[in-house]
Amino acid sequence: MLQRKKLIFVSLVLLPTLAIYAAVRLYPIGETLRLSLHQWNILSKNKPFIGFDNFRELTGDPLFLEALVNTTIIAFGVLIVTIPLALCLAALIHHRTKSRLAGFYETAIFLPHVVSLVPAAMAWKWIFDARLGPLNAMLDWFGVAPKAWLFDPVLSLVCIIVLCSWQTLGYAVLIYLVGFKNLPHALYEAARLDGASARQSFWFLSIPLLKPITLYVSVVTLVSGFNVYAQAFVLASDSQGAPGRQVRVLVLDMLENSFRNYRVGYAASEAVVLLVIVLVLTLIQFSLLREKGRA
Amino acid sequence: MTLSANAIPFDDVAGDRRRRLKTLLTNLVIDIILTAFSIAMLLPLVFLVANAFKTPQEMLLWPPPIVPHHPTLDNFKSVLSDTPLLTWIWNSLLFACLSTLSIMTTSAIAGYVLGKFSFKILNIVFAIILGTAIIPFEVYMIPLYFQVKALGALNSVWGLLVGYLVMSFGIFLIRQNVIHSIPDELLEAARIDGAGELWVFVYIVLPLLRAPLAALGVLAFFQAWTAFAWPLIVTSTKTAYTIEVGLALFQTGFTVDLGRLSAASSIVLIPSITLFVFLRRQFVQGVASTGLKE
Repeated sequence: MLQRKKLIFVSLVLLPTLAIYAAVRLYPIGETLRLSLHQWNILSKNKPFIGFDNFRELTGDPLFLEALVNTTIIAFGVLIVTIPLALCLAALIHHRTKSRLAGFYETAIFLPHVVSLVPAAMAWKWIFDARLGPLNAMLDWFGVAPKAWLFDPVLSLVCIIVLCSWQTLGYAVLIYLVGFKNLPHALYEAARLDGASARQSFWFLSIPLLKPITLYVSVVTLVSGFNVYAQAFVLASDSQGAPGRQVRVLVLDMLENSFRNYRVGYAASEAVVLLVIVLVLTLIQFSLLREKGRA
Repeated sequence: MTLSANAIPFDDVAGDRRRRLKTLLTNLVIDIILTAFSIAMLLPLVFLVANAFKTPQEMLLWPPPIVPHHPTLDNFKSVLSDTPLLTWIWNSLLFACLSTLSIMTTSAIAGYVLGKFSFKILNIVFAIILGTAIIPFEVYMIPLYFQVKALGALNSVWGLLVGYLVMSFGIFLIRQNVIHSIPDELLEAARIDGAGELWVFVYIVLPLLRAPLAALGVLAFFQAWTAFAWPLIVTSTKTAYTIEVGLALFQTGFTVDLGRLSAASSIVLIPSITLFVFLRRQFVQGVASTGLKE
């Protein structure tokens, strides 16, 4: 009797939620997979099944390849900047966790992660601005010639990496701080009694013990790096009305293919590539974690 | 105690003092590094707000003054008269609030049911949610757009909402909390006393989930408030934009000076920063728990 009541309750409350979940998550995910195997053009009536032709075409599409390379550079660039910096900052903040300033450090470093993307990008756009920006003015002090940061294809990637790292850093520091708090205190005590210096316990205790956190933060950073779009859109699109140079990233290429070229099936196959990248990253994280658990 | 303290030879006390001085110095150096870094992190935002109050002439000064010499509200006035900025903010606010409400409701229900009931099919449901959780929104955004189009909901808050009704991570977060912090005995006792399932959920479970739900609510709100790619494709009329899209297109469409852009951006920053200051604890809790997935 009780069991039947439970079943009725579960079905009544869970079904609407699951229906929404299916409609706005499962169905579009399935649809992405389906479309990627079709020549699905908004303008044409025929939408034939073409197998893996879209993917084959992707491998020879210079715009897609450019987007893939740029996005990969951005994702790994942010990772390389963020992880060591976040680890050091978290170690320092953890060391001063009892000080009255700890709250200020955490807030200041975390705030960029909270503010809206576009205004944050606007702030950096001014910093990088070739004529008015403080970056070039500062470089001028050191005798470095001004650079067109947001117009040069390589430099604009650097700018995007800086902006994204500035935004991600606070998140990584926060996760590391949680990690530091959960480290076994006794181990450090023992190391100290054995005469280990602070630097030694950081290298030989903290870093290995925090490996799962490092892996987690790395995967999250890479995944969000592969989805980068708003930052590239704001920083690198038309600067002050002057036609700027767009930085081609995966999401931009996807949107252009579906809404400018009307090739939805082709864009869906790009989405599948993005999906595969994310899946591979996650699988790497899981397998590395499991390996560690066994050791 | 006193005895052993007296027994310490003199030079050890001196060594102790030296050690304490060293610790003090180390802490001072760390504080200087962290303070400098924290200020550097805040500077772009400080300059953004400062620039909003500058005249075009002052914008060219080097070094850029943090406090404008001749503060002016002209930038704000012209932005508010040139763009439907307030409409954009309203759209974002409505979208973010409705999304938060929906995510909190669906996560609470699904998290509770998946955490506390043991029907076999629930395992399958949970496995599906787990499996789809890592798929980024950008992957299935385009088919979702066509669904919204078919519903005739483009250019409306409802169309925006379709993308942000559920959050897989929210369901996990609540499920974890249900498993760890709600004892079965409590629920069984209420049932034996004759409480209905819905009563148990509303009057026992929900109050116990207040803290994780608050943290989730803050995360959900900011997720929608800062959404970019989805509002960009769902809205195409000026009055339907969210603030992020409006601002981004405002900077590309016209020749806009940095003062006005900064003014518009500063107005947008106010709600984020205010909310963050008030909800800092929930925010930190919410973000921190994202790293604690098994």
